Amino acid sequence: MTTTKFPLAADIDEGVPSALDRLHQWVVTVDHKRLGIMYIVMALGFLVVGGIEATLIRVQLAVPDAHFISPNAFNTLFTMHGTTMVFLMGMPILAGFANYLIPLQIGARDLAFPRLNSFAFWITCFGGLLLYSSYITAPALFGGAAAPDFGWFGYAPLTEPTYSRGNAADYWVLGLIIVGFGSIAGAVNVATTILTMRTEGMTLGRMPLFTWITLVVQGMILIVVSPLTATLILLLLDRSLGAHFFDTQAGGSAVLWRHFFWWFGHPEVYVLMLPGFGFVSEIIPVFSRKVIFGYPAMVAASVGIGFISLGVWAHHMFAVGMSPAANTFFAISTGLVSVPTGIKIFNWLGTMWGGRIRMKTPMLFCMGFLVQFLCAGITGVMLAVVPFTWQLTETYFVVAHFHFVLIGGLIFTVFAAIYYWFPKITGRMLSERLGKWHFWLFLIGFNLTFIPQHFAGMLGMPRRVYTFLPERGLELWNLVSSIGVPFQLAGVLCLVWNMIRSYRQGAVAGNDPWDAWTLEWATSSPPAEYNFAKLPVVHSRRPLWDLKHPEDPDWQYE
Amino acid sequence: MVSLAVLAAMIQATDTVSSIFAPVSTPAIKERDLSMLVLVLSAIVFVVVGGLIAYNLVRFRAPAGDQSTEPPQVYGSAQVEAAWTVVPLVIIVVLMLATARVIHEVQAAPQPPNAVEATIVGRQWWWEIRYPKLGVVTANELHVPVSDSTVRRPTWLTLESADVSHSFWIPRLAGKTDVIPNRTNHTWIEPFVTGTYLGQCAEYCGTQHAHMLLRVVVESPEQFARWVEQQRQAPAGDSAADSGRRIFLGTACISCHTVAGTVANGRYGPDLTHLMARATIGAGVAPNTKDKLRAWVKNPDDLKLGALMPAMQLDDEQLDQLVHYLLTLR
Amino acid sequence: MTAIPMPEPITTPWTLPRRGPVGMLLFIVAETSIFGVFVTTYLFYIGRSLTGPTPAEVLHFPVAMTVSLLSSSLTIHQANRALRRGATARFLGFWLATILLGAGFLLGTAREWHELIFEHHLTLRTNLFGSTYYALVGLHASHVVAGMLLLLIVATFGIAGRVRPEHVGRTDVISMYWHFVDVVWIVVVTVVYVIGR
Repeated sequence: MTTTKFPLAADIDEGVPSALDRLHQWVVTVDHKRLGIMYIVMALGFLVVGGIEATLIRVQLAVPDAHFISPNAFNTLFTMHGTTMVFLMGMPILAGFANYLIPLQIGARDLAFPRLNSFAFWITCFGGLLLYSSYITAPALFGGAAAPDFGWFGYAPLTEPTYSRGNAADYWVLGLIIVGFGSIAGAVNVATTILTMRTEGMTLGRMPLFTWITLVVQGMILIVVSPLTATLILLLLDRSLGAHFFDTQAGGSAVLWRHFFWWFGHPEVYVLMLPGFGFVSEIIPVFSRKVIFGYPAMVAASVGIGFISLGVWAHHMFAVGMSPAANTFFAISTGLVSVPTGIKIFNWLGTMWGGRIRMKTPMLFCMGFLVQFLCAGITGVMLAVVPFTWQLTETYFVVAHFHFVLIGGLIFTVFAAIYYWFPKITGRMLSERLGKWHFWLFLIGFNLTFIPQHFAGMLGMPRRVYTFLPERGLELWNLVSSIGVPFQLAGVLCLVWNMIRSYRQGAVAGNDPWDAWTLEWATSSPPAEYNFAKLPVVHSRRPLWDLKHPEDPDWQYE
Repeated sequence: MVSLAVLAAMIQATDTVSSIFAPVSTPAIKERDLSMLVLVLSAIVFVVVGGLIAYNLVRFRAPAGDQSTEPPQVYGSAQVEAAWTVVPLVIIVVLMLATARVIHEVQAAPQPPNAVEATIVGRQWWWEIRYPKLGVVTANELHVPVSDSTVRRPTWLTLESADVSHSFWIPRLAGKTDVIPNRTNHTWIEPFVTGTYLGQCAEYCGTQHAHMLLRVVVESPEQFARWVEQQRQAPAGDSAADSGRRIFLGTACISCHTVAGTVANGRYGPDLTHLMARATIGAGVAPNTKDKLRAWVKNPDDLKLGALMPAMQLDDEQLDQLVHYLLTLR
Repeated sequence: MTAIPMPEPITTPWTLPRRGPVGMLLFIVAETSIFGVFVTTYLFYIGRSLTGPTPAEVLHFPVAMTVSLLSSSLTIHQANRALRRGATARFLGFWLATILLGAGFLLGTAREWHELIFEHHLTLRTNLFGSTYYALVGLHASHVVAGMLLLLIVATFGIAGRVRPEHVGRTDVISMYWHFVDVVWIVVVTVVYVIGR
């Protein structure tokens, strides 16, 4: 009898997909790995754009009374720089890493809602493009700017129709509302995945720290990005339908905007910082060859930071004229949030202590992070001391502080993550030599730019000024600050070149080039579309350590 | 790193015009004193933790070559973790106690009966200054009498905004306080050394935020009294400036500006009655000289791009006459 | 891979919560935050309007609307119970009743707004009360509309006979959303018609 044979996969000749086919696959994909890469690539693109904006700012401020850039253009630059770096670079790049890594780390095949994942990415992309289209499409009325020019916090009533004429503000509001939908959708997706799709044996207490921290961050996003969306809707109603939410002439409150914005804004910076702690908590143990010191405390500290960060927002408002009681409350809560953060630094040090440290590029960036973040934390505690802040707030001291936090805490750790996980994503190692060049150039440039800004602030330079006066003693600090920029640009160029070259010509990575211990290293590099041939069963926090050290598995100690 | 190097900055600070470490007024002095405690504690923390990081990196570097042996795995230590939770907590508690004390001392200070009272109204991009009890209205330049330890005479400031949020800041005199529409804030200064102190708006408020500068002139009680007297008088008429005055009154100047003793009583722009008693124009963007004044009136955008005062399209002869008149407003 | 020494064998089955309800719950957390801002704004601006009609002058407690919406929570609950037991006809009946009650609520809102706009001349731009009232009640009403869309989609499948007991997980998730909308209404009614008046 004749039997119909089904063709084996190997027999089917689909031919080599054309470039258009490959592009189509990327556009319609719902695979978490591809979407993760798309988020990261989009964010790196915006990193370059935001970097150009920062470069122009520093060129204008290199000398006093410069006329390189007009006041209007400068004001749009710092607004777009801040908005871009927070919403179009920071959030998406972390969403990208979470997208890529979480299913792999928890032993799942994809996120809980793959189509929602694709929706979230594309809508984030669209929101970013909408915001940037303001440069071209928002008509500039006399005195009004084409792009948004009111600072990334959009304080009312400056953003009300009276003081922000033209449509630039509307692009900002709509762009951010849309990007916010993407963040919320992503948070629902990732949190649901972590709660419902962990592989057998992976209790919450056995998740990798990056996964734990990601869970805390998604919860924070749900609680704080939504209020930003709501506040932006209120502003939109003011601007387009004549409502009076922040219209001070009709009895509206400018301070209410600030409370709402910072209720979002402060936890937002922890949203930007915590995933970096997650990266570092994966990388430092592997490159010290030791288990993370104090896993339960690290989890507790992360959750603690999440909670306490919800109670500190008015430390951005110490100069508003709140009562002494309110100022004292927020001073205390701000001081307290530094404790779990400090605990984490000590736990990382405890991990390194007694280890055998391998100073590869991911570890170099983690060390840069540790020192930079230590400074950031210290200046943060200084800023919790309200009377000191009455002098320092809204000056370049604060600018220096938060760049130490966000570049030291977010960018350095993202660079570390790129060097660490690039082999997994592409199957190729990045060049160590170029990595070291990247690190040292960037470290030098970053410190040259931002250390002097502490002094500029203490000598009386406020932020968001398009120029400064010659007789204030600010020249040296501003000049040195601007000199640091080309170093940072060179460092980033090294990274981009490294990524492009290593993608084709890097050393083949294999499954587990770093001799690491979490599940993503148990599958091929890059992983197959289905991630794992057979979903693993885990018995401890370091399943691969158990496999590599059967005589001394982790579960005997946890 | 920051706090250690701050010492270097402080050494030259007394030289600097608007350094927070060269305070001459009570609130700024209290803030500086508190900051010393903060900086010392910060320096200690930085040295200790930074030292630990450095030690770790040097001492526990993997020897080149041997990649196979793993070090002993240490999962945690309750005592060590407790210690490094408690010690930071203690440091924070100490800082917060000091913080609470100074917050109270500055914000809840009672206003003495002899305090000078002034109201500052922040506007895009200049400062309106009124002394309600003294009947004085001026702009951008605040005059106050110096205080001394025997006869304390601080100045109490009421802060209001006519448009968007601003922030009132003269670093050597006090910390900043925001100037917010639909909200009245208060602050105070008590300078002990005469001189002119510079500050500027510290809350982004639009195009020319960078040039919304402040001058505080601290003078002896006698000089202050004389200044008040001068400010109260209407300017003496000068017939040589008649043509200029006619141009002033006939052009739209009067819809924005006030000159006491004339029909000009506009409130949108600064009061010009004693324009020439001030050291700068355009809220500090240029010195108050004949040439700069002429340039300003000809086209404010040339000196301060985006300023809300329009160019009045006057020809050269009209400009000269008008400036001649303005120069009589002492 | 070498064999690993096993700890005690895993005997209890590994079950984690289902994705649908967890996802909906997290979404509700985000929505609660959004409503939180609108409610806080409403409370903050009570009594601060500089002009115009006040709440006491123009608002009447919406009895029928409230009864309508809250009963719809009961009917949707009954619908899901019926579906779980396999009584698809009863399910459809209760589901359609839910839609009718929801529509009744929206009709009530429309009538109230018509009266406010054309008789009392209260709009979003009239004063702070107008701004906060339409924003809060409007945000809630838009969520009711979104819920109605979900209900209508399911009703369409139901009338075509395609909703079966194994779909109760999905209708449960929709009813979670609907209950949330009802709870928000309770908060809105308290803030707007009780505290604010």
